[in-house]
Amino acid sequence: MNVSREEIIHMANLADLNLSEEEIQKYTKDMEDILAFANEINKVNTDNLDESITANERYNILRKDEVKEFEDKDALLQNAPSQKNGMFHIPKMI
Amino acid sequence: MAKEDYEVVMGLEIHAELSTKTKIFCSCPTDFGGEPNTHCCPVCMAMPGTLPVLNEKVVEYAVKAGIAMNCDIAENSKNDRKNYFYPDLPKSYQISQFDMPLCKNGYIEIETKDGKKKIGITRIHFEEDAGKLNHDEYGGGSFVDLNRAGVPLIEIVSEPDIRGAEEADIYLKKVKSILEYIEVSDCKMQEGSLRADVNVSVRKKGDNKLGTRTEMKNMNSFRAIQNAVAYEVKRQIDILESGGKVEQETLRWDELQGETISMRDKEDAQDYRYFPEPDLALIHISKEYVEEIKRNMPELPESRKNRYISYYNLPEYDANILTSTKYFSNLFEGALEVCNNPKAVSNWIMSDIIGILNEKEINADKIPFTAKDLGELICLIDKGTISTSIAKKVLLEMFDTSEKPNKIIEKNGWVQISDEGAIIEVVNKILAANPQSISDYKAGKDRALGFLIGQAMKETKGKANPGMLNKMFLEELNKQ
Repeated sequence: MNVSREEIIHMANLADLNLSEEEIQKYTKDMEDILAFANEINKVNTDNLDESITANERYNILRKDEVKEFEDKDALLQNAPSQKNGMFHIPKMI
Repeated sequence: MAKEDYEVVMGLEIHAELSTKTKIFCSCPTDFGGEPNTHCCPVCMAMPGTLPVLNEKVVEYAVKAGIAMNCDIAENSKNDRKNYFYPDLPKSYQISQFDMPLCKNGYIEIETKDGKKKIGITRIHFEEDAGKLNHDEYGGGSFVDLNRAGVPLIEIVSEPDIRGAEEADIYLKKVKSILEYIEVSDCKMQEGSLRADVNVSVRKKGDNKLGTRTEMKNMNSFRAIQNAVAYEVKRQIDILESGGKVEQETLRWDELQGETISMRDKEDAQDYRYFPEPDLALIHISKEYVEEIKRNMPELPESRKNRYISYYNLPEYDANILTSTKYFSNLFEGALEVCNNPKAVSNWIMSDIIGILNEKEINADKIPFTAKDLGELICLIDKGTISTSIAKKVLLEMFDTSEKPNKIIEKNGWVQISDEGAIIEVVNKILAANPQSISDYKAGKDRALGFLIGQAMKETKGKANPGMLNKMFLEELNKQ
């Protein structure tokens, strides 16, 4: 499985990561290994099997539309590095 | 080439918040407003280890919308993750639907100035809304409120069948009206519960190939869409006319500046890396389920319109306006239960009520009295208790005070004068004061009669029975 340098840079951009030249080399190799590993499964013969779209064949796991308020509201923001007036305070985003 | 040589091609992606009581994947309330982060729990705040569970009403409402818009309802459907980073999206992915949407291949019919037209619906899928960022309210930085995160949405994607801003406007209003009728969304644009991404391209008339399109995100008023499309169409034609090429990009409409602004450069072309959502089970929709929903569907505007034309003999124009929102339609039908005079009820809604709504700049859902009140008001005219001109005053008071028509009439002493003795007294008084009008009438000027009736109405503050005034003036004039 070949992974191009551009693909690694693209993925890094999507993840907001700045990679050094060394890291690009390393991750290209790592990514190829990961894909090769995952590709093992393609060797299985599936000729007589139906296509499946999930590993979990259960369906329609649904809940009723009934309000249940979460009680411990203060805990929700407890780990926020910074908060003001009940909101998460983050660097300016526009 | 001139502007007229180009054709505008548009497609709309409409996001509508569903009016469920709870969020899509947790039991938090969906109410609008509320102190920041008070309608939240570990699930919609994306705390590690939490798992989503789908709200059954979301499936039901999305299927309802699909049926109302003539879609095929998928037997099998699933959720997918749409990955992107933004601080209003706590999981860093949105649970949406990618390749197996719940509804596909539908259409709705709109009335354009050239007649009926079908607009194709590519798909309808459901997904979760994001939170809200507030800026600079308390000094530097941004502030994240996740009350809206996880509120269910449906996204209705149209085919590129829309030709111009006017059709887009009609289409959006029609979709809004359908969603209101089937009661799956409040469609409050000012609260952001209905918003549209608008795709626009232009091509030379006769070309079959679509031009390069640009997309304007999160438009939440009819006026903004009109202005933005007009601007964008001109911008694209200007580019093509000067030999340039339209770039495919996402734009933001700046209402204040009246221009579109590029949001992202194309280097950053969107790559959402969709993949099946492993935390949710598949959705299987049985034929019986679809049939059950079909059986319980409220009557749609199209069907109501046809009924108004054929059963109540209303003109098509009137029927169109009455069914343009469920609020008018319900008002009409509710008033008819009290007062069986369809033409009169229709006229009162079409002219007086719509006029007052426009003047006061309020929406039809905010009419402060009941359909029964309107019916009673019209009955009072039919029975001769009040005149039409008094009824107009009563209606204004109903808007201001929400009081019952009877009470308003009683309070103001507005009961119509139909007593013959009282009316003849007024008639003689007016005749005595206007000898010129009498000779004008004798000289064949019919307008003089109208003037005299008007004076009598003024004298009685609009309370005299106009039919009786007319009759008695004629009698008295012919005696003279």
